[in-house]
Amino acid sequence: MKIIVCLKQVPDTASVKLDPVTHTLKREGVAAVINPFDLFALEAALQLRERVGGQILALTMGPPQAAEMLREAIGYGVDDGLLLSDRAFAGADTWATTAALAAGVRHLGGADLIVCGKQAVDGDTAQVGPGLAMRLGLPQVAFVKAIREAAADHLVVERQMDDGYEVVSLPLPGLITVVREIGEPRPPSLKGKMRAKKFEAPVAGAAALGLAEDQVGLRGSFTQVVEVFAPGAAGQREMLPGPAEAAGRAVIDRLVADKVILLGS
Amino acid sequence: MDYFLSEDQLMIRDLCRQIAEERVKPVRAELDEKEQFPRELMKALAQADLFGLIIPEQYGGLGGGCLENCIAVEELSRACVGVSTTFAASFLGAYPIILFGSEEQKAKYLPIIASGERLAAFALTESAAGSDAGAIQTQARREGDEYVINGSKQWITNGGEARIYSVIAITDRSKGARGASAFIVEEGDPGFSVGKKEIKLGIRASATAELIFNECRIPADRLLAREGMGFVVAMRTFDKSRPGVGAQAVGVAQGALDEAAAFARTRKQFDKPIITFQAVAHMLADMATKVEAARALVYSVARFVDSGAKDISKASAMAKLFPTDIAMEVTTNAVQVLGGHGYMRDYPVEKMMRDAKILQIYEGTNQIQRNVIGQELNKEYGRAK
Repeated sequence: MKIIVCLKQVPDTASVKLDPVTHTLKREGVAAVINPFDLFALEAALQLRERVGGQILALTMGPPQAAEMLREAIGYGVDDGLLLSDRAFAGADTWATTAALAAGVRHLGGADLIVCGKQAVDGDTAQVGPGLAMRLGLPQVAFVKAIREAAADHLVVERQMDDGYEVVSLPLPGLITVVREIGEPRPPSLKGKMRAKKFEAPVAGAAALGLAEDQVGLRGSFTQVVEVFAPGAAGQREMLPGPAEAAGRAVIDRLVADKVILLGS
Repeated sequence: MDYFLSEDQLMIRDLCRQIAEERVKPVRAELDEKEQFPRELMKALAQADLFGLIIPEQYGGLGGGCLENCIAVEELSRACVGVSTTFAASFLGAYPIILFGSEEQKAKYLPIIASGERLAAFALTESAAGSDAGAIQTQARREGDEYVINGSKQWITNGGEARIYSVIAITDRSKGARGASAFIVEEGDPGFSVGKKEIKLGIRASATAELIFNECRIPADRLLAREGMGFVVAMRTFDKSRPGVGAQAVGVAQGALDEAAAFARTRKQFDKPIITFQAVAHMLADMATKVEAARALVYSVARFVDSGAKDISKASAMAKLFPTDIAMEVTTNAVQVLGGHGYMRDYPVEKMMRDAKILQIYEGTNQIQRNVIGQELNKEYGRAK
C-alpha cells in the first residue's frame, strides 16, 4: 500500500506567546514541531505498513525550514518525503493549501491512501484533510479512531462521533483524518534517525507543480488572517455584601432570574 | 561533564532519554505497585530498534558495543530500573549466542532478538548455587541427536516472558568446573516449564521466575560452543554485561540526585530552601561527585571493553562494584533529603532505593566482584615479581 501522510510544522504550543503590542504570534525563538495531531496520522500510517506492507511518503507545505520536520519524519520510519516550498505559497488559507497539497500528491504519483491529522493546533480548522480529498476527487472519512480492516481496495474504519462511533467502509484510493484514539505515537527509531541524518528532502515550487501564482498562497485564498489576538477578560464584577448565607441566596436568585439555572419545584 | 560521545552515541542517549521521560516515567509507579511486566514499553523499545543495539549488523542489529549499551541502559534506569533490567536481561541472554554461537545459531536467534520479536534470558543460578556457580545441579545428558535436561533454575530475570533461554547445565560431573555446558532452550521445548513467579522488594516491573526442566529434550545443535565450555561462556558473558549493571547504577543514582536536588530547592524550612543549609548541600555535593565518578568509571571501562582488550575481568568487575555501591548510598541519601516525603510512595525516591539494592546482588554479588578483583590483583603482582 502506498500511503501519503500530510504533516504540518507548527510552533510548539507549549512555548508559544502572543506579542502584546501587535497581537500576532511570536515566532522568533519558538521551537517548531510536527503538529501533534499529525503524529497520530504518522502512527496510523506506520501501523498500516506493519499490517499490509508498502511505502510511506511524508508531504508538507511550508518554508524551507520545514525540511527539518521531514527529516524528523524519516526518523520515525517514513520512507521518503516531499516539501512544497515557494514564496508564492505564503499566506495560504485552507483552500489555497489544498490546491498546493493536491498538486503535491499528483507530483508523487498519487497514493492508495492519504492520512491527515484531524486538524492543526495553530489554525484548528480541520478543513485541510477533507478539502484535499475534494480537490483530488477521493472519498474520505474524517475523525477515524481505528482501522478495522485493511485490504488493497478498501478500508473498514471506525469514525468517532459525539455519541459513539460509526463503522464505515472506505473504497481506495481514499483519504482519512485520524484522532488520538488511533494509537499513541511510537518513539523515533535508531535506524530511522541514522537514515534521517543523510536525508535531503526534495523540494517542489509552484512552477514544478504546474500551479499558477493566483491559485496558491494569499492570491489563491478566499480568506486572510487580519489579526490574531487573545480575547481580553470582559466580565463585569459585582460584590454582594452581607453574611454568607444571605449572599448565597442572592446569587441563586440572580442566576434564576437570568435563566442560567432552573430550580426544581 | 562532556564525555566526548560520538554523534551516534548522543543520538542513542537522546532517544532513550525521550522514551524514559515520555513513556517510562508516567507508568513506573503503577508498574511497580501492580508488579506488572512492561509489555507495552518493550514494544516501544523494539520499535525504536533498541533491542538491536549490540547485535551485529549482519544479524539485523546496529552493531553497537558495550558503551552504546551502557548509555542506553543508564538513561532507561534514570526513570525505572525494573524496565531497564527487563531490557538488559535480553542482552544477557543474547551475549552467549553473540560470543559463542555457530553461524546457524546466530542466524536463527539474533535477528528475532534484535527486532524485539523475542526476549532472551540467561539461566545460571539455582537454589543451592548462587555465588558458588560451580555447585549447579541441573544436568544435561546426550541421547542420540538430542540433549535431555533435568533440574531447575531460580530467580531468572525475564523467566516466563522470554522465548529464548541460554542455560548452563552439567554434562560431566566428574570434570568439576570443566564439566558444564551452555545450551539454547526455547519456550515450548518438551519438558520445559516456568515455575513460581517471585514477589520482590524492587525492580518489580521485571519478571523473575523459576525455570523447570523435566526430561526436557532439545536438538543437539542447541549446544553453544563445545561440551565443557559452560562456565567459560558464563564468565565471558558476565565480563561483557557487568559494565551494564554499573550503568544501571549510574542511571538510578542520577535519577535520585535529580529528585533530591530539585526537592531541596523548593522545600522550605525555617523560611529558607533546604538546599541553602550546609548539611543538605554537602549531602547533595557528595552524591553528585560520586555519581560522576561512577559514570566516568563505567564509560572508561566500556571503552576499554570495546577496544577488544583481552583481560577485562578486573575492570569489568570494578565497573559493577563501585557504581552499584554508590547507587545504594545515593538513593538512600535521596530519601533522607526528601525526609518524610521521600519515605512515601507519592515520591519516586523510595522506589529508587528499593530498586538499587538488587544491583549489589545480581550478576555476581559485590562480594564476588571483590573476589574477582582480588584474584586478578594476586595474579598481576605475582607476575610482576
